[in-house]
Amino acid sequence: MAKMNMLQAINNALDLAMAKDDGVVCFGEDVGHFGGVFRATSKLQEKYGKARCFNTPLTEQGIAGFANGMAAQGMKPVAEIQFADYIFPAFDQIVNETAKFRYRSGNEFNVGGLVFRTPYGGGIAGGHYHSQSPEAYFAHTPGLKIVVPRDPYQAKGLLLASIACPDPVIFFEPKKLYRASVGEVPEEYYELPIGKAEVLQQGKDVTVLAWGAQMEIVQKAVEMAAEQGVSCEVIDLRSILPWDADTVAASVKKTGRLVINHEAPLTGGFAGEIAATIQKMCFLHLESPIERVCGLDTPYPLALEKEYVADHLKTFEAIMRSVNF
Amino acid sequence: MTNPNNATITTVHRAEFTASDALKIPTLRILQDDGSLYDGATAPELDKDTALKMYDTMVFIRVLDERMLAAQRQGRISFYMQCLGEEATTVGSAAALSDQDMIMAQYREQGALRYRGFTLEQFMNQLFSNEKDLGKGRQMPVHYGSNAINYMTISSPLGTQIPQASGYAYAQKLRGLDALTLCYFGEGAASEGDFHAGLNMAAVHKAPVLFFCRNNGYAISTPANEQFVGDGIACRAVGYGMKAIRVDGADILAVYQATKMARDYALKHNEPVLLESMAYRLGAHSSSDDPSGYRSKEEEALWRKNDPIARFKAWLLKQGWLDEAADNAKTEQLRADILDALKVAEKVAKPGIEHLISDVYAEPIPALQQQLDELKAHIRKYPDAYPITAGRLD
Repeated sequence: MAKMNMLQAINNALDLAMAKDDGVVCFGEDVGHFGGVFRATSKLQEKYGKARCFNTPLTEQGIAGFANGMAAQGMKPVAEIQFADYIFPAFDQIVNETAKFRYRSGNEFNVGGLVFRTPYGGGIAGGHYHSQSPEAYFAHTPGLKIVVPRDPYQAKGLLLASIACPDPVIFFEPKKLYRASVGEVPEEYYELPIGKAEVLQQGKDVTVLAWGAQMEIVQKAVEMAAEQGVSCEVIDLRSILPWDADTVAASVKKTGRLVINHEAPLTGGFAGEIAATIQKMCFLHLESPIERVCGLDTPYPLALEKEYVADHLKTFEAIMRSVNF
Repeated sequence: MTNPNNATITTVHRAEFTASDALKIPTLRILQDDGSLYDGATAPELDKDTALKMYDTMVFIRVLDERMLAAQRQGRISFYMQCLGEEATTVGSAAALSDQDMIMAQYREQGALRYRGFTLEQFMNQLFSNEKDLGKGRQMPVHYGSNAINYMTISSPLGTQIPQASGYAYAQKLRGLDALTLCYFGEGAASEGDFHAGLNMAAVHKAPVLFFCRNNGYAISTPANEQFVGDGIACRAVGYGMKAIRVDGADILAVYQATKMARDYALKHNEPVLLESMAYRLGAHSSSDDPSGYRSKEEEALWRKNDPIARFKAWLLKQGWLDEAADNAKTEQLRADILDALKVAEKVAKPGIEHLISDVYAEPIPALQQQLDELKAHIRKYPDAYPITAGRLD
């Protein structure tokens, strides 16, 4: 075990993946010698050479298309989109190409092994072009897998699993936690399961569900609720696609209540999908309406970030509304 | 001095533009209409078997296109795209490749596909989206693909294969393979952002790609002069620091020679090359299109005389490699074979219901399996409404 922040854990995962399989190649804007604007690919060019870790021109659609081609040939490209806010020029390549490669060819070709790494989310005074959480756009696309880690240990294990996955993965990294989140991480290779949620805390009154950077926020809310005598069951969804409905439903059947928190705006956010599924699976067990604590339906603000975010106080209020319904 | 701008700095002391038409790209022509060569032209090295395979492929595609367009008009298939007038473009370029080279096509390159060995039955199975289709009946007709013969499955969105070709070729280079990627696209698709992205990335990362532009004058109804202003597409290569060559697309010897030269260069230097083939899309864009709304019969008649097959045939006759009577008999036989294959393929069953969810992921995710189970129960309740699968749900 070693103490690592999330960036170090990601860097360590990439290092191990590149050492293990010479088909793993990392690229993106500023990813090469500089090691990425957040330094996630630091020293990888030095260690594995320019052919396997390199800067690309400033073209997200080009990065995504190039990655699709490499993966179709059988390599494992790990392509970085510098900010999730800038993934949209690549939307066609990801949604129409990456996601459909295996299906449309009848399995003649596939892009398994392809991972798009991209920092997402707010809390860094980044305004609306450095703070977005675009997971829901991609969750609407069969063929993709979507993963969001909450801490360094999860980031390393889930990233290694994503690179090993036979399906293409979008790996959303909570950039607010890059340096802020520090924890013990095994130095050796390990994978964590994609598509499996994790129950972080057992409870009996209400289930509180979130992912990524929001896990810290809901944890605070859950502690506030505990002081009021409310016992929360806390779940990290970890994978948005496929998402682990069974684990969430089992918890809600026990608690009878669900509060979902995410950073992205409310309307069309992934919480809506979860709420619809869980009300069907748990209808007769529900004691109160499913609560969603999300961003407002506005672009991500700058000066009024604190007011906008789905913070611990809003989450605490939702928990109390749910238990007092 | 460093060169932070990565550009030549030739200093002048009076303001002057570089002319927008400063670059003029010549067009390679080798073969004349009567089968003789232009003065100063040399035929590429081509043995008799290869030349006849190229010719047979062109004839095959012409006859297949005629027959399948008719089949679409009869309502037997939903959609078709012919390549009339462009047979030399795709066959000539495919013939210049190694079988290990990857071909990433746009959709009108059945000549290249046939040259690679896609069988008549495989064409038919795809066109009828039956259960023997390699693509499992998922894509509209003409979206062919085959891993075994290194022909990437066609994707409808235009230009998406261009940056993919750059990545594929980069991987071929990293793997140390003696192979490159040839990427076909139209002059219309060259307006997509993916064209710029793909060419720039291939040039920067030194990927051995042949970017093969089929400039056929039209993108559905939009003529090339409403698509771009510069000198065709080839001139853009220079802006990416890439070599370019333009050929007469109805001249199969020119297409073959240029592609061969480009292939040798790209592999030797690990660099992309842009080829532009100038032809005319003599047929409609697709079976859903009617060119009478945007171009004249006179214009079409003029280009109809510029037949790539007739030109190559004249050359083969001059070589003494083709027996006209035998060739005619062979073509008649081909028509019969195509009709027979059509009749067989249209009777083959559609893919089973399990292929509704297979290949979305390597293994179906739980939600998908559940959706399929629910669907099967629904079909069992209303079997008459779902005749393709109702009788074979298990």
